[in-house]
Amino acid sequence: MNQKARFSAWGLFKRGLTRSHWPRVWDHHELRDSYDVVIVGGGVHGLATAYYLARNHGITNVAVVEKSYIGSGGSGRNTAIVRSNYLTPEGSKFYDRSVELYEHLAADLNFNVMFEQRGHMTLAHSDSSLRTMRWRAEVNKLQGIDSSVIGPEEIKSLAPFLDTSDHPRYPILGALWHPPGGIVRHDAVVWGYARAAAALGVHIHQGTELTGIEVESGRVAVAQTSRGDIATSTIVNCTAGWASLVAKMAGVRLPIITRPLQAAVTEPVRQFLHPVVVSGSLHTYVSQTARGELVFGASVDPFASYSTRGSLEFATGLATHVLELMPAISKMRMLRQWAGLCDMTPDFGPIIGPTPVDGFYVDVGWGTYGFKAGPVAGESVAEMVANGRPGSLIEPFGLERFHAGTLTAEKGAAAVGH
Amino acid sequence: MLVILCPHCGPRNSDEFSFQGEIVARPGPASDQETWRDYLYMRDNVAGWQTERWFHVSGCRRFLNVERHTVTNEIGVVTPVGGVQ
Ligand SMILES: Cc1cc2nc3c(=O)[nH]c(=O)nc-3n(C[C@H](O)[C@H](O)[C@H](O)COP(=O)(O)OP(=O)(O)OC[C@H]3O[C@@H](n4cnc5c(N)ncnc54)[C@H](O)[C@@H]3O)c2cc1C
Ligand SMILES: [Zn+2]
Repeated sequence: MNQKARFSAWGLFKRGLTRSHWPRVWDHHELRDSYDVVIVGGGVHGLATAYYLARNHGITNVAVVEKSYIGSGGSGRNTAIVRSNYLTPEGSKFYDRSVELYEHLAADLNFNVMFEQRGHMTLAHSDSSLRTMRWRAEVNKLQGIDSSVIGPEEIKSLAPFLDTSDHPRYPILGALWHPPGGIVRHDAVVWGYARAAAALGVHIHQGTELTGIEVESGRVAVAQTSRGDIATSTIVNCTAGWASLVAKMAGVRLPIITRPLQAAVTEPVRQFLHPVVVSGSLHTYVSQTARGELVFGASVDPFASYSTRGSLEFATGLATHVLELMPAISKMRMLRQWAGLCDMTPDFGPIIGPTPVDGFYVDVGWGTYGFKAGPVAGESVAEMVANGRPGSLIEPFGLERFHAGTLTAEKGAAAVGH
Repeated sequence: MLVILCPHCGPRNSDEFSFQGEIVARPGPASDQETWRDYLYMRDNVAGWQTERWFHVSGCRRFLNVERHTVTNEIGVVTPVGGVQ
């Protein structure tokens, strides 16, 4: 990376003293009439794929086309939970690689992504969910992932504000405890990848919408955009909530339904909640950011939609559930709520791989859980594009699994705890 | 909250209903695997007007066909499944 633009404590000090301007983080380019690879969607998946294509495979004649601004989709709207305690062996192995990449990402990208491994706690309110936690813990341990079941006393010591008494309607019987889990600064991850990819020669075109795909004898030939046509042999669909619409341009149907997911944030207060706390039965989860706000999330809205309008039902339902867990915060004020689009698949697994159209790849189906997967998906998709076939880490997640009947079974670990 | 005009019960809040998704025609029993796969999993997931199925859980407990714009959530014509009973 260009030495002049490196971020460092010394650089910050020097610019503070001299009051000189920071250089642009990435440059604006004219749209070339051809690129080796066109990535559609400037979220974490598209940008990470571009970065690893350039860094790991030397493929730099790459365009990321984003119809709005980068991070305007789910990547700028999520609640930034990172963890790897999934239910299936293929799932936990895959997400664990992402946690590993996140651990070194700030140094890798020379951008502070504020990854805080605060620990991730999934509460069990019934015997049956305690059994699922035990199952997940054992699957995780076999993969070498730090994950175990803990009892109410330990829960109380890790998160004293949780109501662990025996009177609530949803008593806390135990929890799945995953110390490496945590939260990250999502915008920083997006900007960090964009900056690092741009420094390696990738063109990032904001305000550029893919409007059509020309396929010639079963192969991708042209990416049509709102700023002109691009001749290319490879298109990667990283458009999450809009994935079905982009796939349709190539004549490919996907097993995806787009659903809104809402989140909310309170006013900032002093640090009092260290781990991320999830309750599947109460359809809610909460974490405290470095700035002190509580960030809440839930499960997806009750019907499919491309609308990102928040609803009052969400806010009132959320408040009821959160107060069941932490009655002490009843006086805190909620500042904002918002929604993002999630590309839900029938088996709560992503769809990564080639499609019946040569040169048209998908990295979609990220539902409510795909931010954490950005690094590993980017790395794996770049490898697939460079080699022309998927590697072993992503093989279980191909589109053909819906034909072969080899669905993944990740619902138990992905439906609420993103 | 959306308001759905149930042909049996009148205008009701959408949280009385359960959303069943876009309507997909069920293939005949002799159809091949490809057709069944499409029926089970593949969806158009349109951004625009769509005809979908809702179930009036806390009302008449009947299935309805609902026209809805999936970007604006505007609701169009609502009809009982299988004609008026
Ligand atoms: C409220 C909420 C909370 C969440 N919480 C978590 C969490 O805690 N942990 C977690 O791991 N995941 C979470 N997720 C899921 C996560 O946000 C997504 O899975 C992830 O961000 C998807 O990233 P992406 O890069 O694939 O897509 P996006 O970030 O959605 O990017 C897709 C981009 O494609 C662009 N695009 C669409 N169509 C076109 C076109 N035709 N031409 C050009 N560009 C186009 C869009 O403008 C968009 O910027 C959450 C999601 C939401 C909404
Ligand atoms: Zn009714």
